[in-house]
Amino acid sequence: MKNLARLGTDFAVTLVGAFGLATAVLLFAGAEPLSAFSALFRGSLGSLLRLGYVMNAWIPLTLCACGLIFTFRIGLWNIGVEGQVMMGAILATWALRCYGEGGSPVLTVAAAFAAGMAGGALWALLAGYLKTKGGVHEIFTGLGLNFVAQAIILWLVFGPWKRAGVASMSGTETFSRDLWLPAVTAMRLSPAGLALVAAALVLTAVLIRYSRAALRLKALGNNERAAPMFGLRPQAYMLLAMAVAGGFAGLAGTIQAAGVYHRLIPAISSNYGYLALLVVMLANYRVAAVPLVAFFFACLNVGSIQLPMVLELDSSLSGVIQGALVLSALAVHGWRSGITKPGRAP
Amino acid sequence: MIEISGSALLASLLAGAAPILLATLGETITERAGVINLSLDGTILLGAMTAFAVACSTGSLAAGYLAAGAVGAFLAGIVAATSLYWKVSQVAVGFVLTLMAKDLAYFLGNPYVRLHGPSSPSRAVPFLRDVPFFGTVLFDHPLPVYFSMVFIFLCWWYLYRTSWGLELRAVGENPRASHARGIDPKRLRMAYALAGGMVVGFSGAVFSLCVKPGWGRPQGAEGTGWIALALVIFGGWHPFRAALGAYLFAFLQIMGIHLQGWFPSVPAQVFQVAPFPLMIFTLLALNLGRKEPALSPPLKGKWAASFRRPFSVSMPSSLGRPLDLE
Repeated sequence: MKNLARLGTDFAVTLVGAFGLATAVLLFAGAEPLSAFSALFRGSLGSLLRLGYVMNAWIPLTLCACGLIFTFRIGLWNIGVEGQVMMGAILATWALRCYGEGGSPVLTVAAAFAAGMAGGALWALLAGYLKTKGGVHEIFTGLGLNFVAQAIILWLVFGPWKRAGVASMSGTETFSRDLWLPAVTAMRLSPAGLALVAAALVLTAVLIRYSRAALRLKALGNNERAAPMFGLRPQAYMLLAMAVAGGFAGLAGTIQAAGVYHRLIPAISSNYGYLALLVVMLANYRVAAVPLVAFFFACLNVGSIQLPMVLELDSSLSGVIQGALVLSALAVHGWRSGITKPGRAP
Repeated sequence: MIEISGSALLASLLAGAAPILLATLGETITERAGVINLSLDGTILLGAMTAFAVACSTGSLAAGYLAAGAVGAFLAGIVAATSLYWKVSQVAVGFVLTLMAKDLAYFLGNPYVRLHGPSSPSRAVPFLRDVPFFGTVLFDHPLPVYFSMVFIFLCWWYLYRTSWGLELRAVGENPRASHARGIDPKRLRMAYALAGGMVVGFSGAVFSLCVKPGWGRPQGAEGTGWIALALVIFGGWHPFRAALGAYLFAFLQIMGIHLQGWFPSVPAQVFQVAPFPLMIFTLLALNLGRKEPALSPPLKGKWAASFRRPFSVSMPSSLGRPLDLE
């Protein structure tokens, strides 16, 4: 009971802190805070179609966040999720482009999912190997590989995979209709994506709670130097965590390509990778809070799209609010505990 | 003819490197005192936006530069204060701040996008600019560029030739020992985080008021902060080597622009990311170079030692660690 009250106070202080900051920023910019917040609300939950957009953002956010739970456990800053989403989308697109006359749509889509997850996992393993074998911090490799993945997409969209006649930022040729994931038309939302996220959440929760490997991730994250005493190889577990995170990110990229845009576009990852890092931090590295936080962040993202039209404000307001939320949560948490728990927040 | 174009190239190199050089030196100061400020990328952008907005609305360039410095110090102050007093992870706060400051810059800078604003004029040094080759290279620049060059030596002198610099390094290497000697590590770390952050914010202003005048979305400075963070490591936390890294980077950037002309079919964005894989390779080479004795027979002799020295970097021992004085 006492814990619950404390949690409630922390939650309230965090919210007040973040929205106080956002209000100050809006006032500073000469905008009306209340109309901005109500525009954010109406833009995200105002209609069924808008809710569909929110869910379409929620799916990749939650998937990436699930993967990040594993890398944070062992104390890795997997900033490369963004690139892992893109690599997943690239390989999935490649698989879908192999579809021709007489091919089986079901098999092709299945192959695309396998390829997408493999793509994300390989891109993550590349960052992982550079860390374990090369000693380069994962923040630098991850960030660098994000930019590389973005360049590969641009090169593909403007080069080998360009649309017949015109090459433009609008992306590659749309996939054949047979390959689209089935969607609820009123919301433009694919149930398959939702089912996959639900499965991912359950899988993550079960693995974190019951699997020996996840326990070892946490042990290594808390005290890497104790590892040899238990006969554990930290490097192997780092690579394992990276591969799992990359696989989840690749899955998100596959859904973006096959289920949402039905083609490869330069902005296929839409910053969801970076945002997922904030989601996990705000969720205090716990699976249970991830879907809620991700939903709130997705609402902010979708709601802010309308801001330029309605209030002539830049859509980056959502990023400011999200950052302020995590920052005030970190501050509240730090002020509460007064001491760092080494493995928890690397 | 060749001599003239060569000197012009060198001059543009020195000018173009000014912002990233300042950012790298600023972060070097902060990290030497034991604090990692990961918010560089966002700080540079917010500094650039603030400087341009302030200079536009007040008409004073100096006010723009000062405001950017204040913003940089403020952001660094958040990182330092939360970690020193509440023991929150520096990496976590810095990472959140870098994303948030970037969005804040885009949000608040919206009214200033593609406006025409003031920019620092070139101030040639009388007499010296008439020296044949060096006049063009060194003595015909805007003030911030001169400042960036002088600042390299200023940093070195402060770090290695003053007692304050000794205290700064001591606090980064062994805060407990310096505490025992009567130095307050918390206060010093806070002070140098603020000072370093101010220089980083200032470097943002050098972008928007000098090297790439104006504000936009994207501004063109995106990603610079991350490169600067890597350059601090490349520089081995030493001002001279950090400067060498910044100038090398600027040189490669100019080469990249020329290379782009040779491959017109490849989109420009592909060349813009070239620094990032390069950054990974450099850090990789640096680390493998450090492991050298284990991998290959050790080189012997004085010559070999001087050859290996540039590759052996030493990190401030207590960099990024929570302060534990009890």
